[in-house]
Amino acid sequence: MNIWEIIVITLIKILIVFTLLLLTVSYLVYFERKISAWAQNRIGPNRTGWKGALQPFADVGKLLLKEDIVPVNASKVVHTLAPVIALFVAFTTFAVIPIGPDIKLFGYNIQLVAADVNIGILYVLALTSLGVYAITFAGWSSGSKYSLLGGIRSSAQMISYEISMGFSVAGVLLLAGSLRPYDIVYSQSGWLWNAVIQPIGFITFFVSAFAETNRLPFDLPEAEPELVGGYHTEYSSMKFASFFLAEYANMIISGALIVTLYLGGWHFPWLESFGLAPWLVVAIQILTFIFKLAFILFFFMWVRWSIPRFRYDQLMNLGWKVMFPLSLLNLVWVAIVVMYIKP
Amino acid sequence: MAVKKRTKDLTFWQKIYLPEIAKGLALTFKNMVKPKYTIEYPEDKFIPPPSYRGRPVLVMEADGEERCVACGLCARVCPPLAIEVQASETEKEKERYPVKFEINMLRCIFCGFCEEVCPEEAIVMSKDYELAFTSREEAIYGKDKLLTPIDQLNDRIEFLRKYK
Ligand code: SF4
Ligand code: SF4
Repeated sequence: MNIWEIIVITLIKILIVFTLLLLTVSYLVYFERKISAWAQNRIGPNRTGWKGALQPFADVGKLLLKEDIVPVNASKVVHTLAPVIALFVAFTTFAVIPIGPDIKLFGYNIQLVAADVNIGILYVLALTSLGVYAITFAGWSSGSKYSLLGGIRSSAQMISYEISMGFSVAGVLLLAGSLRPYDIVYSQSGWLWNAVIQPIGFITFFVSAFAETNRLPFDLPEAEPELVGGYHTEYSSMKFASFFLAEYANMIISGALIVTLYLGGWHFPWLESFGLAPWLVVAIQILTFIFKLAFILFFFMWVRWSIPRFRYDQLMNLGWKVMFPLSLLNLVWVAIVVMYIKP
Repeated sequence: MAVKKRTKDLTFWQKIYLPEIAKGLALTFKNMVKPKYTIEYPEDKFIPPPSYRGRPVLVMEADGEERCVACGLCARVCPPLAIEVQASETEKEKERYPVKFEINMLRCIFCGFCEEVCPEEAIVMSKDYELAFTSREEAIYGKDKLLTPIDQLNDRIEFLRKYK
């Protein structure tokens, strides 16, 4: 492959990933509303299109037509920059997450990932930490005390949970011996999923993922009752929609990360031993990935409509006194596995 | 610093959250697959029980006559003064009838006092809750809209005889 072919193929991949991500995000909003309705014995949106299927587009249309209000006290540049950062972070992170093994198409060997970089996980961690800026900027620049409190809470929360997240990931990296997402997925072939080998790390990562995406029970930055929406109180129209999109895109990314790091990526146990045609194997593997991701996303929503929000001090206690030591413990356990159990 | 003891301390399993979270999740999942309570309104309508107080209507006997004797008690008792009655004489046995009977539906608060006070069982609360108008004038219901054949009101009348 020469350089132009690589560029064209990558651009096509980016386009596909971007469109899929946008579509999934809009339907996540729809499913969130549906699942909340089901959990409360309601029906949910069912008027726009078949069973409400066009609801996301109606919502976007509505948001686009709204007036874009910038408060007088707001710092204009930062106020505009914040949603841009949020979206940028949310959409670029997906670049390194592989959704299946290599496929052969038109004589090219195509990897099902936008960028196969060997420091993939570091890249993800770096970008997700950038996400804090979006929320902090938004809170600070709005010139409103509620937004500011939301922004502060969010930065404190994200920084605290990033630590346990980082240590949990370290366990995975130790086992795989690589930062490359591909290697991590290959290291969990068969039933050797990281969730099985290091359950504590799985739980700490999972909980941290909830905290990082500001989902309930950790949605203190946008706690409606006390902060009237938190950092995006002062946003309207498409800027508000950007935060909304970013939040759901972050959810997809956390889900994809959980699948990649802990649930064996696209691995379907013992699929190779069934003796299927190669293209069928690849198709099943991609479907497996999507299915796992869908389940995780469902779980995110399910939790949101089941568990009440933490209090701020409980959140900090949980982060520093429980999650952090547990993730360290997990790291020690993985070290023992690597030293004595794994050949 | 002395830590105040709670009346009911959490057990170890409750303190590590996870089993409790699983219980909570199980509960919400159970509710997700339960049948829904929602009535999809314009298509399916809510049919109220006889105890429901919808808009007040005048009872029309089978011969097309109203029962009302225009005593004016309902107009007197109505808290927001929604009812206006004008009496007139008639040759029939009951001697009086309302020439004009109007209820301003913008005023009515559906208290049911008119129904309770009526000596003739002539005004009762119906099951009609779909009240929408485009102007204030339209909201004043005259006899044409109020008179309702008695066979549509049997539930309510039976209910009143039983409990009033
Ligand atoms: S409806 Fe009943 S209370 Fe009212 S004027 Fe007629 S008879 Fe009297
Ligand atoms: S229901 Fe109450 S408010 Fe309405 S007309 Fe009867 S007495 Fe008046």
